[in-house]
Amino acid sequence: MIQLTINGLEVSVEEGMTVLEAARFLGFPIPTLCHMDGLNPYGACRLCVVEIGEGDRAKLVSSCTYPVEEGLRIRTTSSRVLKARKMILELLLASCPQSKTIQDLASAHGINQQRFRQEYEDCILCGRCVRMCEEQMAAKAIGFRGRGEKRSLGTPFDKISEVCRQCGGCIYVCPACELRCTYTTPEQAICGGCQNISPPCIEKEMFHDTMCYMDPCVACEIKKD
Amino acid sequence: MERLQSIQEFGQFQERLRAERKATMTTLVIPAGTCGQASGANGLVRIAKRELLGRKLTDRIQLRITGCHGFCEMEPSVLIEPQGTFYPKVDLSGMVRIIDAVARGQVVQDLLFVDPVSGTAIERQAEIPFFKKQVRALLSRNERVDPIRIHDYIENRGYATMTRVLSEMKPEQVVGEVKASGLRGRGGAGFPTGLKWEMLAKQPNHREKFIICNADEGDPGAYMDRSVLEGNPHSIIEGMIIGAYATGATRGVLYVRNEYPLAIKHLIIALRQARELGLLGHHILGTDFSFDMDLVRGAGAFVCGEETALIRSIEGKMGEPRQRPPYPVQRGIDGKPTIVNNVETWANIPLLFELGAEKFTQVGSKKNAGTKIFSLVGKIKNTGLVEVPMGMTIGEIVYGIGGGPSTSAPIKAVQTGGPSGGCIPASKFDLPIDYESLKESGSIMGSGGMIAMDENTCMIDVARYFMKFLKDESCGKCFTCRKGTQRMYEILDDIAMGRGTLVQLDLLEELALIVNDTTMCALGQTAPNPVLSTLRYFREEYLEHIEHQRCPAHVCKALITYSVNEKCTGCGLCRRSCPSEAITGEKKELHQIDTSKCTKCGLCRSVCKFDAVTVI
Repeated sequence: MIQLTINGLEVSVEEGMTVLEAARFLGFPIPTLCHMDGLNPYGACRLCVVEIGEGDRAKLVSSCTYPVEEGLRIRTTSSRVLKARKMILELLLASCPQSKTIQDLASAHGINQQRFRQEYEDCILCGRCVRMCEEQMAAKAIGFRGRGEKRSLGTPFDKISEVCRQCGGCIYVCPACELRCTYTTPEQAICGGCQNISPPCIEKEMFHDTMCYMDPCVACEIKKD
Repeated sequence: MERLQSIQEFGQFQERLRAERKATMTTLVIPAGTCGQASGANGLVRIAKRELLGRKLTDRIQLRITGCHGFCEMEPSVLIEPQGTFYPKVDLSGMVRIIDAVARGQVVQDLLFVDPVSGTAIERQAEIPFFKKQVRALLSRNERVDPIRIHDYIENRGYATMTRVLSEMKPEQVVGEVKASGLRGRGGAGFPTGLKWEMLAKQPNHREKFIICNADEGDPGAYMDRSVLEGNPHSIIEGMIIGAYATGATRGVLYVRNEYPLAIKHLIIALRQARELGLLGHHILGTDFSFDMDLVRGAGAFVCGEETALIRSIEGKMGEPRQRPPYPVQRGIDGKPTIVNNVETWANIPLLFELGAEKFTQVGSKKNAGTKIFSLVGKIKNTGLVEVPMGMTIGEIVYGIGGGPSTSAPIKAVQTGGPSGGCIPASKFDLPIDYESLKESGSIMGSGGMIAMDENTCMIDVARYFMKFLKDESCGKCFTCRKGTQRMYEILDDIAMGRGTLVQLDLLEELALIVNDTTMCALGQTAPNPVLSTLRYFREEYLEHIEHQRCPAHVCKALITYSVNEKCTGCGLCRRSCPSEAITGEKKELHQIDTSKCTKCGLCRSVCKFDAVTVI
């Protein structure tokens, strides 16, 4: 067992846990976007940052990837952490405002305006779909490519994937487009669970450059009938 | 070449080489690194070979083609040994005259370097202020070796330090010596090298262990590592062998950026020659110690200079940093213990052991031992690579060695540390160059780039340039780095175009601090430095752009206007030169610029002989 201090509370946690797991276990809320139970932590969204250390050496680290250490001093709601979370949410709203997950997170933190030029992207590159496909479905059909601004998701060379089993896992875990593909009941496929007004994979004509890796997708096939 | 079977055999081989060259024959030394070749050194080499062979002078005069010496402003240059005569900016006919003079034991007076301050010619390189004020511990070695001839290196006592260490010291003693010297990593962060080696040595020895040489040198304008890689590759190999012996490393990796073809070529030749002689590979010089290294080429990403991204790149994956802990020394390449050191750090190792830790600490300042090579570029008279002891003030480097500004405009700031660094204004030029002082003033040492700027440099343009670079080079994994650099660039672009508001300025500062705080790797953490340091020292330039839509340095194209003033004589040169045909006028009459067609390229101002083009 590891002894550490979190928000002033001295606790004992199991070795091998991440700071995020320890904090949630103890009931301290930390917002996350790219984290998902069951997938390896990635540390891309930076929402889960917490402050560790003291004085000059205090710094922010992503709690989902930081392993617990003996004697660690963690603060999950210091002013530095809150300022960071607010700015990150502003940046998220500035890029992907139509996502209900992001809207909910923003209003929970009291953000209702963003000061940047508004963009309408449908992907925040959190990597959940990539990890889902690789780790849980063992297919590895999609991945990241490109760098910086040009970073994107897709199949190798945008070719139709031979290893994609059309499980719908990638759509299921996406926090930005939020589609729930309930393909076992065709009548309920792609409806109800989704809060977007025009989901990209249905309105194919409007979003001809949509980011859908499964071609054809189970839901699209059903819709065609 | 015959493989040397023992340390004694190596010693004898070295003595033989040194004895053969005892007679100090006159040598023409031509620096032909990448920059030298670009300036025309290859032509000089060709002429030299032609003259020496044609006039049958080869028994009296030798030719040595080396890497960069550092005085890049004066290349292609020629150095005559042993006299030490220096000829700057030599052209083909000048080369013929020089060889002629050398054959007769004379000097060509009118081709010598003229000191711009005193106006007198200086014959010997060692007397030239640019060279005199430096402490060229590493760069001077570039003059003495042809990088593709291992015999040159051995003749200059190369690898003798390695054999002494292997035969006389235990690994723990080697680590102790490096710790005692206080050598700090020259890649930018300044982590104590001895401590890093100790941590690797502590890792269990029955597993594979790696040492890596980070030759990715991505900073735009920085080429110090390139000069060592091209000019003295064996110094790095020797340093790494000593490092492997000290830490128990089993394999080395030289990660070189693909954009350095000459460095890669020289390293491959050097590795092959070292292996042939038995200095690298199984049972080095017949001892129990085996060590070899591979060369891995980068694929064009600045982020791969970051150690965890570099390791991933070596493993064949996309270069993305990962969170530490666990540090590479615990889990590196393929999960095995690994340490990464910069090229300059490795090159310092043979020097350190030659001098001994005690003597090494005598150069430099407290907690900052040794020398550092800087690439001094920008609006400065003596552009080139300068090697100075740590602790020398910025002013001494800029004025004493750099010779001051290249034009009549005074220098207003230097930018250190490349895109991750910051600007230091002229008022702070009495600061010593060391890791702590630079960090306190808002910049970083970085890999050693130093760009001089004058009043014709717009600080917003500088910040925007570096932000564009970082935005393109960010790996894109961390949301705050990817979006943060994009948004900061957007705001800087707005300000440069005259669309900025004060609200945006506050937002820029706020965003910069958050990006600094929340990103995972050093690229993101230092990305806001150009913005934050220019805001700290040059805030008035930002306000001028925002409140008055004016660019005081006359750089931001959207905010300047070109016009012709009364000094115009109507010669028509500008009219003929303008690529947009924006200038009209009759012969001998005042010309006019049509601002709707003007692209502000500046060509008219540079061709006008009467200073008749005004920019406001």
